[in-house]
Amino acid sequence: MTADTKDRWSERYQKLAINARDDRLRRFYQQGVIAVDTPLAAVPFVALDFETTGLDAEVDEIISIGLVPFDLNRIRLRDSRYWLLKPDRELTESSVPFHGITHSQLDDAPDLNQILDAVLDEIAGKIVVVHYRYIEREFFDAAVKRRLGEGICFPVVDTMEQEAMLYRRGIVSRVKRLVGFKPESIRLGDSRLRYNLPHYGQHHALTDAVATAELLQAQIRHRYSDTSPISDLWL
Amino acid sequence: MQAEQIEIASFLKQYPPFSGLPDAVVDEVACEVEIGYFRADSDVFQFGDEINDLCVIRSGAVEIYRRNGDLYNRLSEGELFGQLSLLMSQRVRLPARTIEDSLLYFIPEAVFSSLCERFDSFAYFVEVDDNRLHQAVSSKQESSDLMVSKVTALIARPPVCLNTTATIRQAAQKMTEEGVSSLLIMHDEAHKKGGSGDQTAEQSLAGIITDRDLRTRVVATGLDLESPVTTVMTPDPVSLDVDAYAFEAMLTMLRYNLHHLPILQNERPVGVLATSDIVRYESQSSLYMVSNIMRQPNVEELAKLQSQISACFVRMVSEDANSHMIGSAMSVIGRSFKQRLLELAEEHLGPPPLPYCFLALGSMARDEQLVVTDQDNALILDNSYQPQLHGEYFAQLAKFVSDGLDRCGYSYCTGNIMATNPQWRKTRQQWEVTFSHWIENPLPEALLNCSIFFDLDGVWGKTDWAGQLNAFIARKAKRSPKFLASLARNALSRTPPLGFFKSFVMEQDGQHRNSINLKRRGTAPLADLIRVHALAVGSKVQNSFERLDDVVKAEILPPGKAADLRDALEFISMVRIRHQAADLEAGLEPSNNVKPEMLTDFDRRNLKEAFQVLSNSQRFLKFRYPFSGR
Repeated sequence: MTADTKDRWSERYQKLAINARDDRLRRFYQQGVIAVDTPLAAVPFVALDFETTGLDAEVDEIISIGLVPFDLNRIRLRDSRYWLLKPDRELTESSVPFHGITHSQLDDAPDLNQILDAVLDEIAGKIVVVHYRYIEREFFDAAVKRRLGEGICFPVVDTMEQEAMLYRRGIVSRVKRLVGFKPESIRLGDSRLRYNLPHYGQHHALTDAVATAELLQAQIRHRYSDTSPISDLWL
Repeated sequence: MQAEQIEIASFLKQYPPFSGLPDAVVDEVACEVEIGYFRADSDVFQFGDEINDLCVIRSGAVEIYRRNGDLYNRLSEGELFGQLSLLMSQRVRLPARTIEDSLLYFIPEAVFSSLCERFDSFAYFVEVDDNRLHQAVSSKQESSDLMVSKVTALIARPPVCLNTTATIRQAAQKMTEEGVSSLLIMHDEAHKKGGSGDQTAEQSLAGIITDRDLRTRVVATGLDLESPVTTVMTPDPVSLDVDAYAFEAMLTMLRYNLHHLPILQNERPVGVLATSDIVRYESQSSLYMVSNIMRQPNVEELAKLQSQISACFVRMVSEDANSHMIGSAMSVIGRSFKQRLLELAEEHLGPPPLPYCFLALGSMARDEQLVVTDQDNALILDNSYQPQLHGEYFAQLAKFVSDGLDRCGYSYCTGNIMATNPQWRKTRQQWEVTFSHWIENPLPEALLNCSIFFDLDGVWGKTDWAGQLNAFIARKAKRSPKFLASLARNALSRTPPLGFFKSFVMEQDGQHRNSINLKRRGTAPLADLIRVHALAVGSKVQNSFERLDDVVKAEILPPGKAADLRDALEFISMVRIRHQAADLEAGLEPSNNVKPEMLTDFDRRNLKEAFQVLSNSQRFLKFRYPFSGR
């Protein structure tokens, strides 16, 4: 996305609302998006995390969703949500140890289609925050497309991108890599340590959503101000 | 139940007061938590802010201030703040500021109030914050019988007495009839005064005679049984007042190696305590230890008693003795070693050419000795001392004692404050000149290494010289504000580790990395501070607790402060003592260092409060004894 289109989310939402065929998606877009110059202190965020059966959005499925609303000051656990989802395809044995979710837990779980309404309600009007946008944005888009025949699109703030800008893009880090320094890890857990955030043991969609929310609060406290516009961060 | 809340709940469950709540309740609490991130050096609360949550530090560190900007507390992972403001006013009373990047958990007020209502332990924890140290100390003491029992509780029967006019035979007969092992000999005051004839009301104690005296002083020497009993009694025996505590009786008996101790009320005896009366209350170990030391024939045998000292120490700790009892018992034992070694030295070198007094300095003089200790001692010599005539004798005497002490586990003083150092063998006059010089021309640098001399006690020979020297010091020090100011300045040189968990305050010496030296950062600066106040009020006692009693009487401290100091000293001492006992039991070399992670939450919190008391008192000291340069 170019810098030019990056800040035109309001216009895009209006078009998407007109073109949407599914009622739920249309309602989602109709709720609109905050103004491009909204100061960070006034932005309603929602941290979102998926666990998936694999890394390919075209074939792999979302098996759990965790989300937690927050703002610059507080992450509100009491409003957090968590769903297990029944995938179309069988879980591969190799992914079980990673996310700890087993077949039997998913037997009674709903399909994404059944809870889509609830998920969209939680994120509508808020800015979605993820760590590594490819997973949440692409998987969500692909999974919705498989079910409804049309995808979904929304602005995100990517906490991994924030770390990459600092540790992967600068001239200093490029030179360092050229001369053989191991680059800083920008994985969620490693990034958190740089901000004195605690280590969380397990991979779980809700834990990771909370971890991502905490990381964004830390990044903003360290590198932005209350009055920086959301356009500095969203993608 | 959701996993992220398990993460938060399992964190909370590690720390009080949540650790004392049912798991299901903590899980509920975790679901209500809000989270916030704060950069280092940012305000969490300012004075007067509205407060709606209890704060728990998830990571990082926070400092709490008083309204005037003074540091009140420094908190880290797992600790709470905001509870007082929530309870009192819903307005922030103590501002909070992060000193590291910190993640905080906020527990809404409704949840906090409900926990207070439902769980007494929770309410207690958050409500008694300011008094916790005192509670910790007093609950500890209640478990020790010797501390709370008065000597009167130990007196089995009224004393058996005879007048000074009785013969030895009459005394022996009386003891047999009454079935007692000691007999008090009374002055016949009525007779002396030639007055009213109402003897019972006027009688006072003249002496005591025991089974042992009959054996050693009468039978063994073949004395005439018709001789007056006064010829074999111990005149003017050491005694105690009825108001004394059982523990004081034990200390007195230990200190003077007595088996019988008369108890007096208004000068009149009301009973006699025997060792056996005390043994029922206290492990016999420290009492027998002393007589055992006095029986050893040479240095080799004395050195073998070392393991028994440790055993005695460990046993007193396990019996919940307080730090004053343990410190006194260990000091008495150390003193006994010195006494026996001096006896042996005199046997070896021949009788001394002139009277002298062997001094104990520092912790032993204060009755605050523990198991890890070096020897600090000195000699007072008669004014007729001439180095060329007598120097050699006292040099050898000092060397004999010092080497012997080292072999018995009291290592040489690294600062060379020992009688083996000719500098610390002085005549009575020279000592007075030395002390006068220290007091009248006080330079903090010069005083730095001699504060130990202001805790002195005679252990052998002319022990009353030590008392006289103490009186001399007390008189002079009190009148010298400049001296007190210098001493006060030195007392501030060792500060307590306020940020208890933070690596930057850990001792970084040698093998004890990341640990805190409880002596250097706790009990020693407390003793320094108490010494300044004690000298300022002309106190002649040496023990820090007893010094505080004198300080309280003089009313120079704000109300309650002396009690705080007492509690702080007791608590830090006991943590130090218990750690040494644990080391000994584990077969390790005991030390003064503790690792914060080895402490219980209870100890940790209370230690921090004790360090806080020390810190505040140091500030007060600066203000009370201002240093105005030269």
